[in-house]
Amino acid sequence: MGEKVLMRGNEALCESAIIAGCRFYFGYPITPQNEVPAYMARRLPEVNGCFLQAESELSAINMVWGASVAGKRVMTSSSSPGISLMQEGISYLAGAELPAVIVNIMRGGPGLGSIGPSQSDYFQATRGGGHGDYRTIVLAPQSVQEIADIMIDAFDLADIYRNPVVVLGDGVIGQMTEPLVLPKPSTRTLPRNDWVLDGASGRDARVVMSLRLSPPGALETHNLHLKEKFCEMERNEVRYEEYELSDAQLVIVAFGTAARVARTCMQKARGLGMKVGLLRPVTLWPFCADALGALAEQRRVKAFLTVEMNLGQMLEDVRLAVLGRKDIFFYGRTGGSVPDEDELFGKITEVFS
Amino acid sequence: MKAVYERPRTLRDTPMHYCPGCGHSIIHKLLSQSIDELGIRERTIVVAPVGCSVLIYNYLDCDGSEAAHGRAQAVATGLKRARPECVVVSYQGDGDLAAIGTAETIHAANRGEKFSVIFVNNAIYGMTGGQMAPTTLAGQPTKTTPFGRDPKEIGPPLRMCELLSGLEAPAYIERVSVHDVKNVLRTKKAIKKALKNQIEGAGYSFVEVLSMCPTNWGMTTRQASSWIEENMIPYYPLGVYKDRGKERNAK
Repeated sequence: MGEKVLMRGNEALCESAIIAGCRFYFGYPITPQNEVPAYMARRLPEVNGCFLQAESELSAINMVWGASVAGKRVMTSSSSPGISLMQEGISYLAGAELPAVIVNIMRGGPGLGSIGPSQSDYFQATRGGGHGDYRTIVLAPQSVQEIADIMIDAFDLADIYRNPVVVLGDGVIGQMTEPLVLPKPSTRTLPRNDWVLDGASGRDARVVMSLRLSPPGALETHNLHLKEKFCEMERNEVRYEEYELSDAQLVIVAFGTAARVARTCMQKARGLGMKVGLLRPVTLWPFCADALGALAEQRRVKAFLTVEMNLGQMLEDVRLAVLGRKDIFFYGRTGGSVPDEDELFGKITEVFS
Repeated sequence: MKAVYERPRTLRDTPMHYCPGCGHSIIHKLLSQSIDELGIRERTIVVAPVGCSVLIYNYLDCDGSEAAHGRAQAVATGLKRARPECVVVSYQGDGDLAAIGTAETIHAANRGEKFSVIFVNNAIYGMTGGQMAPTTLAGQPTKTTPFGRDPKEIGPPLRMCELLSGLEAPAYIERVSVHDVKNVLRTKKAIKKALKNQIEGAGYSFVEVLSMCPTNWGMTTRQASSWIEENMIPYYPLGVYKDRGKERNAK
C-alpha cells in the first residue's frame, strides 16, 4: 500500500493520468472542473509534457485527435456544456478509432444550466453523444480514490479498444477532498501501435480517417467492425459493485454521488429491518444489464429503485434490463441538486409499505 | 538520357478525382516536389481538411490525418506538439479555413504554431456544389448567392493574409496563385519556403494560393484562369505579407 494523501477529485484524476503516462492535455476552462487545467498547467511541464489551453472545446478535442494520432496518451476535461461542444470530435475519434480519455465533471443543464453537480449527461455519454453509430466506454467514479483508480483503467481501455473513453464524474466528485492512495501504473500488455502517424520512414504511408466513401458498402463494413469492438466491450468490461444484495428485497440502482447517498439510506433502512441492497454500476456503458436481469429473476427481489441526479436517465437502462419482471421506482433530484437522505429514505419506506 | 521532368516521388501514380482545370492537382504536385527536394517525405504528415481536397492523403505518399471540418489547425497543433520532429502540413480550402475554422486558424497563427498551412482560395465551396465561401467575391453568383454576393447583406470577402499579418507570432505569410505558369513557379517557391521554415523551427507559415474552380464558376478552364487574373488578384493582391526571416536579416 502506498502512502495516503489528501486530494481534491479534480487534482487526483490529473496526478493519476500522469501516472498512467498521459503527457498531453488540451482543454478550456469551465466550472466545476477548473482545477484540472490548473493542475495540468503546473504539473505537465515538470514531466516534459504539454499543456495547452485551447480557444474552445471544439479546438481542444481536435488537438486531442492530433496528439492521439501521433500515438501519445492524451486527455481533455470539461463540464457538461463544454462536453456538448466536444461531441463532434468524439464522434470523429470513434469513427477513426483513436484512443482518448475525456473527463466530464457534470453540472446541471440544459443550456448553461448551473454549476451545481449533476448526472444529467447520462444519455449523452452512454449513447455515444455525437452523430453516428458508436459507443464510448463510460466510467462513473463515486469517490476521489475511485476517480484516481479509474483514470489508469481509462487510458488502458482507450488503447486496447482504440476508442474514446469517458470518465463521468459529477461536480461533487470533482470538488470533494478525500484521502486516497495514488494508484500504481498499469502493467497490462497493450496492443501494438501499428497505426500511429510518425512519418512514413521505412514503411508504407498511413492514413487515419473517418471518411469511408468507397468501395460501396465501405462504411457499413466499418460500422460492423466497430460493432464487433462494442460487443467485445460488453463482454469484457462491465464493472459494477454490489452491496447487501444477497438477501435484498429492494434493489437500489445508483452511480457516482447518488450511490453514496443511496448507500447511507440503505444502511439506515437495514437498521430498521428493511432488506435493501444496492447495485452500483461503475461502467455506465457497457451497462450491467445481465446482473440486473439475474436479480429480476429472483423471487425474493420485489422491486427496484433507481436513484439519480437527473429526471430519470439510467432508469431507461434499468427498465430494459428488468424487462417488466418487477416494479421499478425512481427518485431523483435535478438542476444541480444532490439527492436528499431524508427524501430518499422516505421513498424507500414508501416502496416497502 | 537525362530525365528533364518526372512525377515527384511523393505524388502517387493514381488518377485524381479533381475536375478538369481545378487547381488542387497543381498545388498537390508543387507540395510533392517541395517535399522531395527537401528530403522530408518520411517525416511529413499532411492534415486533410473537409472539402474537395479531403482525399489528399490518397495522392500523397506520406502519412496523412483527416480533420473535422474547420479543425485541421487544431489537429495540426496537437500533432506538431506531440511529434515536433515531423513536418506537419495543414492543407485547407476557403470554407474550411476561413469560415467554419476561422477561430482555429487565428489562434494557431497567434500561438505561432510551428507547422505550415496551405490555404487554397477558390472563392467557392467546391465539394458541396458551389455555395458561397467566405472568400466569394462581391457580386459573384453562387448556389447560395444566386443574385451575386451582396456585401451590404453578408459583408465583403475575407482577406486572410491581411487579417493574419496583423498578428505578431506568424513567421511567414504570402499570397500566390496558380492561374499561369509564372505564378505556378512562384507558388512552388512559397510552399517550399513554408516547409523550410518549419524544418528550421521558424514558426507559423501560411501560404494562400488563389486557385481555379471552373466547374463551380461555370467557366472553361481558360476563362477560369483569366477570371483569377482579372477579378481575384485585384481584390486579393499577391505578395509577401509577412516574413520574419527577412525582417531578421534586415536588422
